[in-house]
Amino acid sequence: MIAPAQPELVTVNIDGKEIAVPKGTNVIEAARLAGVDVPHYCYHPKLTIVGNCRMCLIEMGLPAVDPATKAPVMDPATGKQKINWIPRPQIGCATNASAGLHIRTQTPQVKDCREGVMEFLLINHPLDCPICDQAGECKLQEQSTGYGRGYSRFIEQKNVKPKRTLLGPRVMLDDERCILCSRCIRFAKEIAKDDVLGFIDRGSYSTLTCYPGKKLENNYSLNTVDICPVGALTSTDFRFKMRVWFLKQTNSIDSESSVGANTVAWSREGVIYRLTPRRNDEVNDTWMADTGRVLYKSITAADRLTAVKVNGADSALDLAINAAGELFKSSAGAVAIVGSGRSSVEEQFLTKQLATALSAATHLVSRVGPGDKILVSADRNPNVRGALVTGLISALPAAQLNALGAAIDAGKVKTVVSVGEDLFAAGLNATQLAKIAVVYLGPQANATSEGAKVVLPTLTVFEKSGTFVNQQFRLQKFLKVVPGVSGATDDLVVLSKLVAAIGGAVPSDLNPLWKVLAAEVPALGTVTFANLPETGLLLDGTPWAALPFVEGETLHFKPAAQPAAVTA
Amino acid sequence: MPAPAQHRIIFQHIDEPGYTNDLACYVQHGGYEVMKRAYARPPAELVDEVKKSGLRGRGGAGFPCGVKWSLLDRKSGKPIYLVVNADESEPGTFKDRYIMHQDPHQLIEGIMITCFANSVKQAYIYIRGEFPHGARILEKAIAEARAANFVGPNVLGSGYGCEIYVHRGAGAYICGEETGLIESLEGKRPYPRIKPPYFPAVLGLYQCPTIVNNVETLCHVKYIADVGGEAFAKIGTPNNTGTRILCVSGHVQKPGYYEFEVGKITMGQLLNEVCGGPLPGRTFKAVIPGGSSAKILKFGERFKGKRKVGAEMVDYDWAVEDVPMDFDSLGMIGTMGGSGGVIVMDDTVNMVEALANINAFYAHESCGQCTPCREGSLWMKKISARMVHGDARPEDGQLLKSVADQIAGRTICAFGEACAWPTQSYVAKFGDEFKGYAEAKKAGKPAATTLV
Amino acid sequence: MNLKPETLSRIDEVIPHYPTKRSATLPLLHLIQEEVGYISNEAIEWIAAKLELQPINVYEVVTFYPMFRQKPIGRRHIKVCRTLSCALMGGYKTCATFENEFHTHLGEVSPDGEVTVEFVECLASCGTAPVVMIDDELHEKVDAAKAKQLSDQIKGEAKARK
Repeated sequence: MIAPAQPELVTVNIDGKEIAVPKGTNVIEAARLAGVDVPHYCYHPKLTIVGNCRMCLIEMGLPAVDPATKAPVMDPATGKQKINWIPRPQIGCATNASAGLHIRTQTPQVKDCREGVMEFLLINHPLDCPICDQAGECKLQEQSTGYGRGYSRFIEQKNVKPKRTLLGPRVMLDDERCILCSRCIRFAKEIAKDDVLGFIDRGSYSTLTCYPGKKLENNYSLNTVDICPVGALTSTDFRFKMRVWFLKQTNSIDSESSVGANTVAWSREGVIYRLTPRRNDEVNDTWMADTGRVLYKSITAADRLTAVKVNGADSALDLAINAAGELFKSSAGAVAIVGSGRSSVEEQFLTKQLATALSAATHLVSRVGPGDKILVSADRNPNVRGALVTGLISALPAAQLNALGAAIDAGKVKTVVSVGEDLFAAGLNATQLAKIAVVYLGPQANATSEGAKVVLPTLTVFEKSGTFVNQQFRLQKFLKVVPGVSGATDDLVVLSKLVAAIGGAVPSDLNPLWKVLAAEVPALGTVTFANLPETGLLLDGTPWAALPFVEGETLHFKPAAQPAAVTA
Repeated sequence: MPAPAQHRIIFQHIDEPGYTNDLACYVQHGGYEVMKRAYARPPAELVDEVKKSGLRGRGGAGFPCGVKWSLLDRKSGKPIYLVVNADESEPGTFKDRYIMHQDPHQLIEGIMITCFANSVKQAYIYIRGEFPHGARILEKAIAEARAANFVGPNVLGSGYGCEIYVHRGAGAYICGEETGLIESLEGKRPYPRIKPPYFPAVLGLYQCPTIVNNVETLCHVKYIADVGGEAFAKIGTPNNTGTRILCVSGHVQKPGYYEFEVGKITMGQLLNEVCGGPLPGRTFKAVIPGGSSAKILKFGERFKGKRKVGAEMVDYDWAVEDVPMDFDSLGMIGTMGGSGGVIVMDDTVNMVEALANINAFYAHESCGQCTPCREGSLWMKKISARMVHGDARPEDGQLLKSVADQIAGRTICAFGEACAWPTQSYVAKFGDEFKGYAEAKKAGKPAATTLV
Repeated sequence: MNLKPETLSRIDEVIPHYPTKRSATLPLLHLIQEEVGYISNEAIEWIAAKLELQPINVYEVVTFYPMFRQKPIGRRHIKVCRTLSCALMGGYKTCATFENEFHTHLGEVSPDGEVTVEFVECLASCGTAPVVMIDDELHEKVDAAKAKQLSDQIKGEAKARK
């Protein structure tokens, strides 16, 4: 009904300034392009338009034409085409840019509309700012400061509604703060496909709720917290933990699956407090899955590796590297490397360098789960395609390391370098593990790291920078959010030292490393880490087009052919 | 000049002794003959007659019916629907009730002619939930009509089919708003739609082109199909053609419903002659001419200006009693003809309390979708209630008006104007009563009838 | 949900009147409330399942419309109009009379279980104000005296039943 924008450009006039925008652009977006802020609550670029908050009321005019001849009617005073200004203010969100559309946002009438709407929103709003998590990122605070009258004339009793009710395991609802914009209801229905929220009762007593007994518990429930303009919907995980103005924002990527949803990590003094989605209209719009948001807890998980070990005893990094080097020399020609679909492109490149230097076979372990058709794909490794692009592997990984197991049984492999993979879980048995020495790199402990000869603790995705290639073959970068936990070392440093231990040399810093990467990997020819755009860069995936990728359709992704059967 | 006589076309048989609401009685009185003649004509011709007639909607908006029909998107390929607005909830209005209870076949005939004229195959009568008998009577009448092939898959053997179903509301005034009605019919909360883009003529019921017409309007359509648009236009006054049913309630001797040619009777004639004047010992104080949403008129105020009569501009200088009861005249003096609900208040009424009653109504009925109406209507109710039952301040009248000014023109639907206009007009015209209300209460004036 | 066969057959008859099932929400709510007296959560879930909706969709509608109640009421439902015309003619006194006659307050079930008295908005019979609906019947010109009369009638009918 409100049609999407088309590439044809039209000229609109916003507060006297002419600007060309694609035909059909929403007026609020067009104004943004012209540097004009049109305040709003219920409008959201990724949800249907409802026009109920009335905050975006502005004056609109259209060029006058003679109704019979369609010839333009000129205004003798200005010499330009006369503009018929609509006497009633119109909502910007329900209007699309058309040729000659004129907008005024600074008139006394518009000012009065905004002051009126702000006053109305505040009369029943509780004085919760001191205890409300939304403070500092609250649209009501921002717009009342920017567009409100500044004082209240309301002396009646405010409406009382249920406060701090658990709407679902991750979402807390405070009905008094709700301004009834309906963004959450539209999101649940249109995006999460879980029509579970609604308004009950009527008028100013309308209240957001679930049906008694039902909960807002789908895997996208926290997006309602992001889009709620006020503190009605808040995250139970983040509740009362930190004021947002103390938090630093760092761009990251959700490593939960090959969707590669863009995220923002919010941290203070080395501690992450929450993850929220970052808008990327090519990948994840403004959404991410709830399961991706808890991943920051892996930084402080109980099974975090914090001690370099050699033969089970604490050691130092360089000593451990030497020990690994000795292992490589003593089992020359009989080394295998199990890389990871969770490693960054840079790490996979260095892993490949190591493999080449050791003439080692490379393997990857697949991680497959049900795709939810929204933002969690069937491939739970975020960067299998990075391994393809860097040449670390040439075929898709399997869930079990059968080939490696056979090679170990045949005595052809004596040392295995495992980058974060539990070899037992990947199908090797105790007999096979007993035959080999393991050099283990990774952030988390597991059965393999327990029995490894050399343990080199490394970093989670939040403690380092790098890139992933997502299911669209889009190269996206993530940045270091917090310093690595004490005792762990950056994966790139570890890998480049391992390469050095056997006589090679590769940089471990990202910028020089990328020079080498770009030179050696044809698909990445012109890219540098620095110039990689925030929205990512689509690589040419045709060399691998014939591979049976497991992903099915998700938001902004359609598989080229039928997805492969999900292998356990 | 003495008041004209009633001209009962639509209400011809209302309260007629011996007239019953079954098909046999209707047919005996010539029922469905007009429909038979209409079905022999090209549908576009019927639309034309309605255009020529100048018929304006009788539900409250007064929008020209022919124009409304001509806005229908007939090219979309989607089915076209007719929705009959039988929600009759505007306070002070009581006319459609009698048509549906006593003369339902007149409505059905009007519906079937309208459907034929606009290629409608499915009509719904949305009747307010508080008319349970009305719903049953209509269903029975439709069944009778269906059995006689006046409704159904093969109307009058013509091959054209159209079905009518009755759909009951459940107590919401906002279901009288055409897009609120459509949402309610679709089984959702009756939140009116934003226009643009959801004009019913293009994107109405089930996103298909839809006409929404009031019960009385459709009965006039039948009459127009009978006598022709030109003849209809000769009744009433230019641009305000035909007859309309005026519903008078409140402080008059003879409240009730009266059908007159539009514009041929003045307020004074209506209230003093037809309705017998004020109750004994009282004088008229105020009157709402078109349902509670209309701006109030204060007896004693005068309206001066120039208006078009024929081709000329003519001076007018009216007291409230002189105002002709037509859409344009009432619009010109700052109120509206609306639904024809005339509510009369005499000198025993305190306007602060009357407004409190009205504000409580609108606060209760606000659907809550958009900010100004949702919060503003309840705020106005709270101010009014506090004035009456708690502490009134001299500035409360101005506060009320200021709140109302922030609602009108800023909302999704006309409910914003409907809830703002009473407050704006009562405070504007009776401002002294608002200013002095606290003092008057303290002075312990005798308790009038409780209004809130 | 245990509904009478007539109710079930009327439900099945009304659903195909509309091209989308959701439209039958109001008719089904009316039919069920007519039989059971109110709308329970069970009814909401039953209707949602029947019309292929989510329970919240039905719940939203039930709570919007004043005519639907989620708890049982007195045996007789006395609805007094409170809007302007009826108030001008004494509607508030009428309501107070009913409340006194049955020793009850607005919205409650009277102690003898016989009535629930409520205010409703304009019933579109303003010319014969004050107006009262008792169940489905409209009563016109109900001043305090007639209210007492109607109350006596209700009490008489109640006694006759016992």
